[in-house]
Amino acid sequence: MDLNQRGGFASLFIYTKREMAKKIDEALVRKVAKLARLELSEDEIEEFTVQLSAILDYMEKMNELDTSNVEPLAHCLPISNRFRDDNVKASLGTEKTLANAPQRDGEFFKVPKILDEI
Amino acid sequence: MSCKELRDKIARGEVKSVAATEAVFGSIKKYEGTIGAYISTFEKQALAKAKEVDARIAAGKEVGRLAGVPVAIKDNMCTTFGATTCASKILENFHSPYNATVIEKLLAADAVIVGKTNMDEFAMGSSTENSGLKQTVNPWDTSRVPGGSSGGSAAAVAGRMCFAALGSDTGGSIRQPASLCGVVGLKPTYGRVSRYGLVAYGSSLDQIGPVTRTVSDCALMMNVIAGHDENDSTSVSEDIAPVCDYLARLDEPIDKLKIGVVPGLNAGSDSDVQKAIAEAIEVYKKLVAEVVEIEMPHFDYAIAAYYVIATAEASSNLARYDGVHYGHRTERPADYIEVYSKSRAEGFGKEVKRRIMLGTYALSSGYYDAYYLKALKVRNLIRGDFNNVFEKCDCIMMPVSPTTAFKLGEKIDDPLKMYLSDIYTIAANLAGVPGISIPCGFDENNLPIGLQILAPAFTEEKLLRIARMFEMQTDWHQKKPTMPK
Repeated sequence: MDLNQRGGFASLFIYTKREMAKKIDEALVRKVAKLARLELSEDEIEEFTVQLSAILDYMEKMNELDTSNVEPLAHCLPISNRFRDDNVKASLGTEKTLANAPQRDGEFFKVPKILDEI
Repeated sequence: MSCKELRDKIARGEVKSVAATEAVFGSIKKYEGTIGAYISTFEKQALAKAKEVDARIAAGKEVGRLAGVPVAIKDNMCTTFGATTCASKILENFHSPYNATVIEKLLAADAVIVGKTNMDEFAMGSSTENSGLKQTVNPWDTSRVPGGSSGGSAAAVAGRMCFAALGSDTGGSIRQPASLCGVVGLKPTYGRVSRYGLVAYGSSLDQIGPVTRTVSDCALMMNVIAGHDENDSTSVSEDIAPVCDYLARLDEPIDKLKIGVVPGLNAGSDSDVQKAIAEAIEVYKKLVAEVVEIEMPHFDYAIAAYYVIATAEASSNLARYDGVHYGHRTERPADYIEVYSKSRAEGFGKEVKRRIMLGTYALSSGYYDAYYLKALKVRNLIRGDFNNVFEKCDCIMMPVSPTTAFKLGEKIDDPLKMYLSDIYTIAANLAGVPGISIPCGFDENNLPIGLQILAPAFTEEKLLRIARMFEMQTDWHQKKPTMPK
């Protein structure tokens, strides 16, 4: 990874490939994958451990800024919540709603059982 | 021919929409095998619509603002016809039960929708190489990427495989492919165009906009798609920011135009890109524009903040793909947990997994403050930069991309390097301001270069006029790629 290949990148790409403090190890990658309900292969775990460490290391750049007196900005809109009357409107209906179901059973979405035999 | 010219000719009965639509499908048949711009096309439906528009014109009836014009849409906008795949295996067979608001608007304007275009899976990427379904190449050089994530839309417009297209822009996904393919691309102000029916990636950043051959076509498309929508709670009320006729005064130059330029910022680009941007600014100077030097002290931090915020939002938005209600479900799950984890493992491509992981990490207990909250604060600083700068100038000019179209495969194995190529585009998404890319030259390999113009929120009318000033002085927008045999 050579991010400084273009000379004279002004201050833009001043990201030196310093010896990276490992932000994230394989155990943490496994934990995050579990939280995200994402089954990863051993290869992916290895690959993501390296890549996510590098990306998170780059994100440390934000710590150069003192933000102790800055409010977080979740969105940029000049609006606040708007309310409307609670009127009954037509909905999609059962057939349209179930049309994309991977499995259905009559008027229901079908999934594997989630409880053991009692 | 531009959409505007075509629409007027069709409306006057001089050209049949059927003929224009057939010509577009002729190009698609000729070039699609090489370019790969489309995930799906709708020839029968398009010709039927064209015929219906022609018949209404022959009968002397009123027709819409895009009457009979063949357009394409990015495949992350819901349509009741065809599939809405987001270029993902997880949605490969998803058929939306409703149309996105922009689709309803296009249809009401009598546009002829010819197909849905390829993209990076879930709009995550800068090269369209992350598509889970097919590869799109750049019409200017088929060994290179079209940019992304709206690469299919830009390639289709550049390759004359449609007259205009819709894209979506979360961190540059309209402007960057437009730049790399030599066409015009506008990311409107956040909240200007309804996101209802746009498959969500980074909800506080996503915005739909046009990809067109000319600035006038861009204005025409905005006339059709802009405006408040009660189905999108983040679409802005017209009391706050009224929509105007973007074509009405398009050819009127802006008096006493003040252009902001950040000294040193362009130095990060290829020398050909720097040269083209400098020459473009000279064109404006000759039109008596004044160039003012501005400072954007937090611009450097945009990539870091963006990739925290966008991935955090993505990890939350993409939690809905659970294999239960729609989308791919794994064949033989051992238990209900595997319905989720295996379906997602099989359905998502690598970049999507990477971003879900990054976002989940940034939002997880113990890391939330250090990454997510910090990024939101940095976002506020970046917006502050724009607010300060727009007190001194009408617009900011800079490159769209530090390089022209890169080779297929060049950056795909190095995600961080790919992320860094978004440096010039993502600040606009974080601040919610509009930005346009217009063709402004070519590099030594005859690859197109785009000029980016950024303007204050809800000033698209002025932004388009500024872009049009350049278009009236130059002929870059008329250059076409030599299409492969």
